[in-house]
Amino acid sequence: MFGDFAAVNAITFEVEKGEIFGFLGANGAGKTTAMKMLIGISNPTSGKATVAGFNVFTHAEDIKKNIGYMSQKFALYDDLTVTENITFFGGIYGLSRKRIKEKSEILIEELGLKNVANKLVGALPLGWKQKLSFSVALLHDPKIVFLDEPTGGVDPITRRQFWEMIYKAANQGTTVFVTTHYMDEAEYCDRVSIMVSGKIEAIDTPKKLKEQFKVNNMNDVFLKLARG
Amino acid sequence: MSISISNISKSYKKVKALKDISFEVKPNELFGLIGPDGAGKTTLFRVLTTLLIANEGTARVAGFDVIKDYKSIRKSVGYMPGRFSLYQDLTIQENLTFFATIFGTTIAENYDLIKDIYIQIEPFKNRRAGKLSGGMKQKLALCCALVHKPKVLFLDEPTTGVDPVSRKEFWEMLKRLQQKGITILVSTPYMDEAALCDRIALIQNGKILEIDTPEAIVKHFPKQIYNVRANNMYQLIKSLNIYKYTHSVYPFGEFVHYTDSRTNFNPEDLKAFIESENLSNIEIEKTEATIEDTFMELAK
Repeated sequence: MFGDFAAVNAITFEVEKGEIFGFLGANGAGKTTAMKMLIGISNPTSGKATVAGFNVFTHAEDIKKNIGYMSQKFALYDDLTVTENITFFGGIYGLSRKRIKEKSEILIEELGLKNVANKLVGALPLGWKQKLSFSVALLHDPKIVFLDEPTGGVDPITRRQFWEMIYKAANQGTTVFVTTHYMDEAEYCDRVSIMVSGKIEAIDTPKKLKEQFKVNNMNDVFLKLARG
Repeated sequence: MSISISNISKSYKKVKALKDISFEVKPNELFGLIGPDGAGKTTLFRVLTTLLIANEGTARVAGFDVIKDYKSIRKSVGYMPGRFSLYQDLTIQENLTFFATIFGTTIAENYDLIKDIYIQIEPFKNRRAGKLSGGMKQKLALCCALVHKPKVLFLDEPTTGVDPVSRKEFWEMLKRLQQKGITILVSTPYMDEAALCDRIALIQNGKILEIDTPEAIVKHFPKQIYNVRANNMYQLIKSLNIYKYTHSVYPFGEFVHYTDSRTNFNPEDLKAFIESENLSNIEIEKTEATIEDTFMELAK
């Protein structure tokens, strides 16, 4: 609660291992507040939550070690090179020098960034930055990765390449918790929840939600719920 | 023509932001500039609103040349930049009064134009702009861009980062403004908003890929698209990417959009291939192209 305003009001849900979970809601619905509680940087006023098996009240530091986080606003350091960013974040996550070096080589190879490995990240196109940022969030093999509007503004092809990376991570057992304003992306998720004024008004697979609201796409599900 | 652009190019040092852009926007048209970040949309807006001088080419807005008649253009257009650029420490009402005054008018004079939008933020008129929610800021910025009754309205990514409900409301507002006789040039990275424009230009890397009505652009798609689904989306994409007859494969909602490189394509062959990749629950059916399919095909 902020003052007398309940940003997130008695929400209850579970996300399974390896699941791609879409966390949707209108601007100001309480998504960011909920996400901050789950990543251990804000405490709920009441209630319980465990992330990767750890209690958000008592084991926030353990949570931070076991999750990855990527947001559109803060991702990488523009004035460090690609390699420097990877080394920096690897260090923060406590990876050994040897491990960082190995990881860094694999990652640069996979993303096709060999030619720009020593370029400043600030000079890269937005789509490349976002893919790199996602890979960096996975550097320490977290159990869960939180993605806050990861694909805003990028072209449709890059957006899809990004989702292929998400599928790959989930396929390898990483749980993915993602927010987006693109309703076609909501359909890529195994399950989605829709928040309205601090409450979760719907939670299910995209298919079942569309059946429940008798519409053809997630955009219409969203409009029906959020417009009331 | 409300806007006519001929062979405009603009470079920033080594980067060519706009490459030989030409198109026209008709009076009272709602014209969309559709493309991702870095496509050159904002640069074009700045050239047209006389804030930036192009290296090559000419452009006219509301009958005036962007270089010679820049002062006349500034009086005739409204511009809502992508980044919120009102005075954060002035209230809603102060911001609006300020913009009315510098354009030599009053809020009352053109109140009918902004009324629909202004009444939604009026309850907060004494709140500072910096303390408003994203949706309210957007409405205030639109009011400020309209307060002098412009002939042409430029909106640079007004809906970026805005949720689907507010986006829908915003487009309904644009339609009402168009009915009041204003020509609108609007940019967006959301391909679904393209369908709401009279005509659109698809833009990427400073180049126009195509200009037409949304319906015509979709009709020009050269291939039959198939919706394909199987039990594991990631495996399905991986398998289709190595299939030798694949022309394109893109995730699209709960399906993958697949096009085949053969002229005599039989979906049964595709099904057999997917089965051989140990996937199950396979569905293959024809579907219509969308603006996004067209954009990706052109940008390939």
